[in-house]
Amino acid sequence: MINKKVSNVQDALKGVTSNMTFMLGGFGLSGIPENAIAELVKLGVNGLTCISNNAGVDDFGLGLLLQHKQIKKMISSYVGENDEFERQMLSGELDVELIPQGTLAERCRAAQAGFPAIYTPAGYGTEVAEGKETREFDGKMYVLEHAFKADFAFVKAWKGDAAGNLIFKGTARNFNPNMCGAAKITVAEVEELVPLGILDPNKIHIPGIFVQRIFQGERYEKRIEQRTVRQRS
Amino acid sequence: MLDKNGIAKRIAKEVQDGYYVNLGIGIPTLVANYVRDDIEVEFQSENGVLGMGPFPFEGDEDADIINAGKQTITTLPGASFFDSALSFSMIRGQHVDLTILGAMEVSENGDIANWKIPGKMVKGMGGAMDLVASAENIIVAMMHTNKHGESKLLKRCSLPLTGVGCVKKIVTNLAVVEVTDRGFKLLERAPGVSVEDIKNATEGHLTINGDIPEMDI
Repeated sequence: MINKKVSNVQDALKGVTSNMTFMLGGFGLSGIPENAIAELVKLGVNGLTCISNNAGVDDFGLGLLLQHKQIKKMISSYVGENDEFERQMLSGELDVELIPQGTLAERCRAAQAGFPAIYTPAGYGTEVAEGKETREFDGKMYVLEHAFKADFAFVKAWKGDAAGNLIFKGTARNFNPNMCGAAKITVAEVEELVPLGILDPNKIHIPGIFVQRIFQGERYEKRIEQRTVRQRS
Repeated sequence: MLDKNGIAKRIAKEVQDGYYVNLGIGIPTLVANYVRDDIEVEFQSENGVLGMGPFPFEGDEDADIINAGKQTITTLPGASFFDSALSFSMIRGQHVDLTILGAMEVSENGDIANWKIPGKMVKGMGGAMDLVASAENIIVAMMHTNKHGESKLLKRCSLPLTGVGCVKKIVTNLAVVEVTDRGFKLLERAPGVSVEDIKNATEGHLTINGDIPEMDI
């Protein structure tokens, strides 16, 4: 077993500096790397480029990094629900690149899988395709989209072990598996770091080869963005 | 004239046994409430779930089980979770049978605009561009006119596009309209709405052949 375990979030984020490009898992506030984000706030690194489907809310998730003006550029598919984000975007402090959600996932996956670029039909004929190479396959038009290049990927899983194997829960899975191994260093934080041999190899979602560092996360808030319920009849 | 629930009810009739369906936010979400009980349908949410069920009972909410609108949901027996790349493989790979989404504008050649109003805060396209670029069967659910009373069924979209030549059918508060090679074609009228009313509310070319039946909802 190649040991990927580090003892805490500080060790997990060693080597992080200003002006780096990060991938951060999560959809809305579900499955976000809460511990890594909190530590990035503490480290005070800035000029960051963040690849993440969303930008958090004002006081949680990536919103915390925005509050401290640590992000220079966001690459996302949807960025509502965040007043500070809107203010920084409109004032020109924050550069924002909006891309289709499936393209975001696939540009991560391409980096993970060793493809320099992929062709997708998403965005053809729209401003998203402006300035990009397009090509026809079997009578349909596609846009060339490049694999992301990132310094760190911060992902969050439900369970993991010292070998770096990961299992995700529910829709908190989202972009997390696609970002593993898609950056120079992948840092995984888990709700439960279990002893080696406990996880069934048949049920591993991401094999440890895609993860460089893994640590036991602490104090997960797991905030719900839209609490919707039905009445018991 | 139909309200939002009426539009959803009419669209629900397009949902067939064995369909995998992706519902957008807004009116499309309401469609799930009106799908017939005697058919088997699975709802896909692009954040990574197939086999979505109703909202949870109070106290059963789980931060790890949400839909693309970030709402807490439940899953039905036979459901599955998956990552975002696999989710969009289902969408781009045309494994999802029907996509229902809202729009700000649709043009007579099937272009759709629903993600950006220049000069206003842009929140992003989310999965809409992937959905409209790939789905074989796209139904738009929207009001026939905007809040200024201007037609949303246009010769050409004025807003930045989400996708080109992709919309097949539009269900509005006034009508069911098909997008054909020769522009819009009126299929059905909403209860109490005349062909003249629909013509007046449609800027794009609208073909009207013979008697137009009233919707059966």
